[in-house]
Amino acid sequence: MTFILFAEQVLNGLQLGVMLFLMAAGLTLVFGVMGLINLAHGSLFMVGAFAAAAVAGATGSFLLALAAALAAAAAAGAIVEVVVIRRLYNRDHLDQVLATFALILIFSEGTRFIFGSFPLFLDTPDWLSGPVTLPGGIQYPIYRLALIVVGLVVALGLYLLITRTRLGIQIRAGENDREMIAALGVDISKLYTIVFALGAALAGLAGALVGAIQSVEVGMGEPILILAFVVIVIGGIGSIRGALVGAILVGLTDTLGGLLLPSFFRTFMEASAASAVGSGLASMSIYILMAVVLMLRPTGLFGAKA
Amino acid sequence: MTRERMVNAAMLLILIAFPLWAWAADEPFMITLATKAVILALAGVGLNIALGLGGMISLGHAAFFGIGGYAMGVLASHAQNFDPILEGPFLIEGTNSMPIIWLTAIIASGLAALAIGAISIRTTGAYFIMITLAFGQMLFFFAISWPAYGGEDGLSIWVRNEFPGLNTLDPIQFYAIAFTILCAVLILTARLAKSPFGLALNAARQTEIRVETVGISPYKLRLIAFTISGMITGLAGALFADLNRFVSPTMLSWQTSGEIMIFVILGGVARLFGPVVGAVLFILLEHLLGGISDYWHIYLGALLLVIVLFARGGIIGVLAGREAKHG
Repeated sequence: MTFILFAEQVLNGLQLGVMLFLMAAGLTLVFGVMGLINLAHGSLFMVGAFAAAAVAGATGSFLLALAAALAAAAAAGAIVEVVVIRRLYNRDHLDQVLATFALILIFSEGTRFIFGSFPLFLDTPDWLSGPVTLPGGIQYPIYRLALIVVGLVVALGLYLLITRTRLGIQIRAGENDREMIAALGVDISKLYTIVFALGAALAGLAGALVGAIQSVEVGMGEPILILAFVVIVIGGIGSIRGALVGAILVGLTDTLGGLLLPSFFRTFMEASAASAVGSGLASMSIYILMAVVLMLRPTGLFGAKA
Repeated sequence: MTRERMVNAAMLLILIAFPLWAWAADEPFMITLATKAVILALAGVGLNIALGLGGMISLGHAAFFGIGGYAMGVLASHAQNFDPILEGPFLIEGTNSMPIIWLTAIIASGLAALAIGAISIRTTGAYFIMITLAFGQMLFFFAISWPAYGGEDGLSIWVRNEFPGLNTLDPIQFYAIAFTILCAVLILTARLAKSPFGLALNAARQTEIRVETVGISPYKLRLIAFTISGMITGLAGALFADLNRFVSPTMLSWQTSGEIMIFVILGGVARLFGPVVGAVLFILLEHLLGGISDYWHIYLGALLLVIVLFARGGIIGVLAGREAKHG
């Protein structure tokens, strides 16, 4: 295996990682502040992708498409929060899982009803197409590089939002003691709607960005939702920092596992069996990683002690 | 007789009368539909032991359902190809005998539940939900990427497996097999819930620390319950695969886990007949709404939302009141 192939796969892993972070950040924020498990987070990812594909198809502008994805996902998130999610905060996790599972059914079939069963396509814009040559002679698509940059910028922005702004103070206070900040005059239900819409917007952004490198179709949100769950379980539920570390770990494990495991088994097995066992194990590798982390630390890497 | 018992008795009567009517009226499709409901109910009864009695919200029971399905698929495919599973050091051949397949399914899914449970039960709350979900996905992806047994395409079995003395290809006889198993498991579950083990498990769900104080390990109780739960769901998976004569990774997908959970909730958590009522209602809805609209999942989703938000306790809770409400 060459160095260039390896470096490319590391970049791919990073790219998957930062996109997972956009998903996981919203999930972990909603869990940390409101104590809610939201299975429908993947639907918001899908809403973002479909909104982007529809607007890009109508206007041809990628930036407008991204703006539409953010707006549509945030709006969908706010509506869902006010109509349904709000009633679930005081319920146990079982009710939350079921109600948000029901929302997935409604979102998925509703999208199929509006857009049909065929996948849509979202093209990368011209100014982000083509490869770029990195130091060391690595040819890498500009678009994927841009995804990494966008993801890291959003992570930084989120960090500043949480640590440096008034909204961030309220969010952190809400995690610790919701009665207290309500008593101090913060409109807690408005805060919850804002946090949920913020998480939804991040998911929608991820959907639009990823939509340009895969097809935009019903059910695209659930595989990445489950990866995002793995991320926040590894990182510790409620921790943004844990989500970032977990996302990069999962992204790298998934990508490098697919590259390294088959060639590892090829060193002592015959080729076809090695690639079968290797790819089988590679697809399981992130779950094995999660199991190992949980065995050592049952509340994740950065999770509060239960 | 409490109202819940009357609801249960009515459900049993329906499950006996409906297929007999369909048999007399020569409607084999209706019998197959009832068989599907009974098998899915069995999967739900399995989950209900973990969920209702043990308070473990497992979103990964598709793993056991699928393992049961693949136990049937692997054994039957080797039998139909006359290709032994293992030649050395000792010979293991495929089989198309249902009892052996069931036993294999129960053992395999029980072992999987033991392994998954041993890790998952160390965690609680949201972590438990997500880790069971993730283990389910792990097996799902493994089944997709493992080419020996059909990979993504699944595995077709040409002829339904055999049960001594019965013609399993006759819908009513296969229904009788599935229904008998469901009844046996229901009796077993009822006795389990009233046994010292069941009582201790129930206590661990309510106040963990009291159980610990009297010297019982809640972890062990839960692990045993989770394993039994997985075994029953695995048996249901083997029957389901036999019903369709087909097994694919879809049986392992997380939507399947969600659906099994829906059966339990629709009917009523921790009610003996909850999953039965739920599965029957689910199949009924699928049949009726699916005939009206291709997008019937929207209505299912809306109904589920209404039940979760406004009718806690499920259908049995609405019909029978909340006298025996758990959790």
